[in-house]
Amino acid sequence: MALKSLPLHEYLSPGHRLCAGCGEGVTIRQILKAFDEPPIICNATSCLEVSTTPFPYTAWRTPWIHPAFECTGAVAAGIEAAQKALIRKGRKKKWNVVLGLAGDGGTYDIGLQALSGALERGHKFIYVCYTNDAYMNTGIQRSGATPKAAWTTTSPAGRVIPGKTEWQKDLMKIVVAHDIPYAATVSASYPMDLQRKMRKTIQADGPAFILALSPCPRGWRTPPHLTIELGRLAVQTCMFPLYEVENGQYRVTMKPKRKLPVEYYLRPQGRFRHLFTPKTRQDIISEIQAHVDKKWEELQRLEQLT
Amino acid sequence: MVAGMVLALNGDEAAAYAVKQCKPDVIAAYPITPQTIIVERLSEFVADGELDAEFISAESEHSALSACIGASAMGARTYTATASQGLALMYEMLFVASSFRLPIVMSVANRALNSPLNIWNDMSDTMGARDCGWIQIYNENAQEVYDFTIQAFRIAEDHGVLLPVMVCHDGFIVSHSTEGVETLSDSEVDSFLPPRDPVYPLDVERPVTIGCVGVPEYYPEIKYQQEVATKKSISKIKEIMNEFNEDFGRNYGIIEEYRMEDAEVAILTIGSASGTAKDAVDEMRTEGKPVGLLKLRLFRPLPVKDLRKALSDVKVVGVVDRHISFGALGGALNMEVRAALYEMKDRPHVMGFPTGLGGRDIRVEHFIKIADELLKIAERDMLEEDYRVVGCRGPGCIGP
Repeated sequence: MALKSLPLHEYLSPGHRLCAGCGEGVTIRQILKAFDEPPIICNATSCLEVSTTPFPYTAWRTPWIHPAFECTGAVAAGIEAAQKALIRKGRKKKWNVVLGLAGDGGTYDIGLQALSGALERGHKFIYVCYTNDAYMNTGIQRSGATPKAAWTTTSPAGRVIPGKTEWQKDLMKIVVAHDIPYAATVSASYPMDLQRKMRKTIQADGPAFILALSPCPRGWRTPPHLTIELGRLAVQTCMFPLYEVENGQYRVTMKPKRKLPVEYYLRPQGRFRHLFTPKTRQDIISEIQAHVDKKWEELQRLEQLT
Repeated sequence: MVAGMVLALNGDEAAAYAVKQCKPDVIAAYPITPQTIIVERLSEFVADGELDAEFISAESEHSALSACIGASAMGARTYTATASQGLALMYEMLFVASSFRLPIVMSVANRALNSPLNIWNDMSDTMGARDCGWIQIYNENAQEVYDFTIQAFRIAEDHGVLLPVMVCHDGFIVSHSTEGVETLSDSEVDSFLPPRDPVYPLDVERPVTIGCVGVPEYYPEIKYQQEVATKKSISKIKEIMNEFNEDFGRNYGIIEEYRMEDAEVAILTIGSASGTAKDAVDEMRTEGKPVGLLKLRLFRPLPVKDLRKALSDVKVVGVVDRHISFGALGGALNMEVRAALYEMKDRPHVMGFPTGLGGRDIRVEHFIKIADELLKIAERDMLEEDYRVVGCRGPGCIGP
C-alpha cells in the first residue's frame, strides 16, 4: 500500500468550515480514504459535526446522522442492529460499515457509558475518537483527555494553580479492557500507519476502536502550520505513542529512533506557555517527563507480555 | 398463535404481545419497574424464535432511545418501552426522535418520579414529557393497551404523520393487572399494519445528512413544520382509529363520552382512573345528579376542537390529573383544558383535581366528592379555587 494508491474519493468534501490548520479535517479525510465505499456515519456533537453541516449545506457524501453528544456508541449500535435485521429479512441487500465519530468530550467524558455498552454488546462497528484534548467546540474547556498542566478556560494557568492538575485519562486501557478485537492509536502525521490500522478496523469481527490525536490551533494556541509537526512531536516524545491492540496483543507501531524530551512537544504550544514563562517550571516538566517515561515503559512491557 | 382469541394478559403483556404481532425489526430497551414485564416477554419471544428482531439490551434508557433513533433512521420498525426515571433519562433524545420525524413506538408504564423513590403509578413521567413532540395516547386497561400498541405503529409510520408515539398505561394498575384481552390474529394485524415504508433512510445509494446545524435563519421554519405536522396528525389518527374500529369491531375515539347526555358537570379523566370514575358517575346518576364523564385518550396532539365541542353544554368541568405541575394550576391536563376552553363564548368553569400521586388509590368516593364539588360550583356559578389535591392528607386537600 502506498500513499499514491489511496482512493481518490473525498467522502468529506472540501468547503467545510473547520478552522485553518484543524487536525480533524486532515484526520477524518485520511480515515475515510480507508473505505472503498461510503460507511454509514454517526457523529457526536462536536467541532466536526457543526463545521460540516450548517443547514442547508453538508460536507458529507456519506449517509450521516448526528442525534446528540453522548450517544454515538448507542446510535451506532442501533444502525448495526437495524442492518442485521433488515438484511436477514431481505429488506436490505448489502452490509455497510458503521462508523461512529466523536471527539474527546463525547468519548472520554459524556459518551463513555454509551461507548462501553456498545463495546460490551459486541456490535460490529468502528468507533473513532478524534481527540484535541479539550472541549474545543464550546471554547476550550478541560476534558478527561486534557493533559496535566495544560491551560484551558476551565483549568486556567492561574497565580496559584498551574493549569490542569490531573493526568489524562488512559482511554485506551478502558477500551482494551472490553476485550474487543481491535483498538489502535493513530495520527494524521503518520498517514500510512493510519491507513493500515483503519483497514484492520474494517476487517475486525466485532467492535473496533481508533484513538486519533488531532491538534487544535485554537485550543492549543499554536500556529496552523504546526499541526502535522505537533502530531509528529507527540509521537516522538511518546506523549502519544502509536500502537495497536489486536485480539489482546499489543504492538507499538511507531518506535521513535530517538525518544525526544517532552519539552519538544510542550514548548511550541501556548497552552503550556506558563511552564516556560515567566520562569521555567522544571518541576512540572520533570513530572510530566517521568509520567510519560513510566507509561512508555509500561506500553513496551505490555508489548512483550502479550 | 394464528387465530385471534381471548388471552389472559396484564397491561405489560398485552403491550408485548401486540408488539410481537407488529413484527418490529429492532427493540432497544432497558428494564425499569413497572415496564419490566414488557422487555422480559419480548426477550422471550426473540429467544424462542417467535419474533425475528434484534433485541438490544441497552446500558441505559438514554442509550436505548439513541439506539432506536439509529435503527429507525436506517428504516427499521423500532420499539422501546420505559417508565418514570427512564423516560426522564431519555428526555434529551425524545426531542431528537420527533424532530427527525422517526416513527418509533414506545410503551410507557406510567410511574412517579423520585424523590422519594416511588415505583408506583402517577403520570409525572409522561406529563413532564408532553412538549417533546411525541404523540401521546393514554389507555384505560389492557385491552386498550393491546389495541393502541398496534395502532401506534400504523399512526407513527403513516406518511401523513411520521412522528414517534408514546403508548401510556398506568403502572401496576394496568401494567400488572391481568384481564381477558381480545386479541387479533397475526394475519389480521398484518392486514392492518403493512411493513414500514421509510421515507429518507440512511442509505449509501442515496446519502442524506440527518441532524445538521440549524441556525436562527432556518430553525424556526423547521420547528414550524414540525408543529404543523403534529397538529395535522389529529385527522390521520382519527382516520386510523376509525379503520381499526371498522375492521375489528371496536368503538374508539380520541375522546370518549360517558353519560354526557344532559350532564351539567363533567369529570374529565385520563388513563385507568376512568373506570373508577364511571362507577362514580353511575352512582351519581342513580341519585339523579347530572354528572357525566369525558375520557381523554389523545393528549398529544391536544384535540382542542373536540374538547370544546364535547364540553360546550356543561357548566363545570373537573379535570382529574395524575400528577402536579408544581407552583402552577394543579396538573398539566387541567391547565391545557382550561386554556383550550378559554375562548369559548359560554365557557364552563374548569377546576383541577390532581390525585393518585405515587400510587395512592383513587376510589369511587373520591370521584363522588369531586362531582359534589363540581355541582356546588355549578350552583354558585363561581370558581373559588383553581385546583384541590385529592386523596392526600393536608390543609385544603380532599381526604386521603
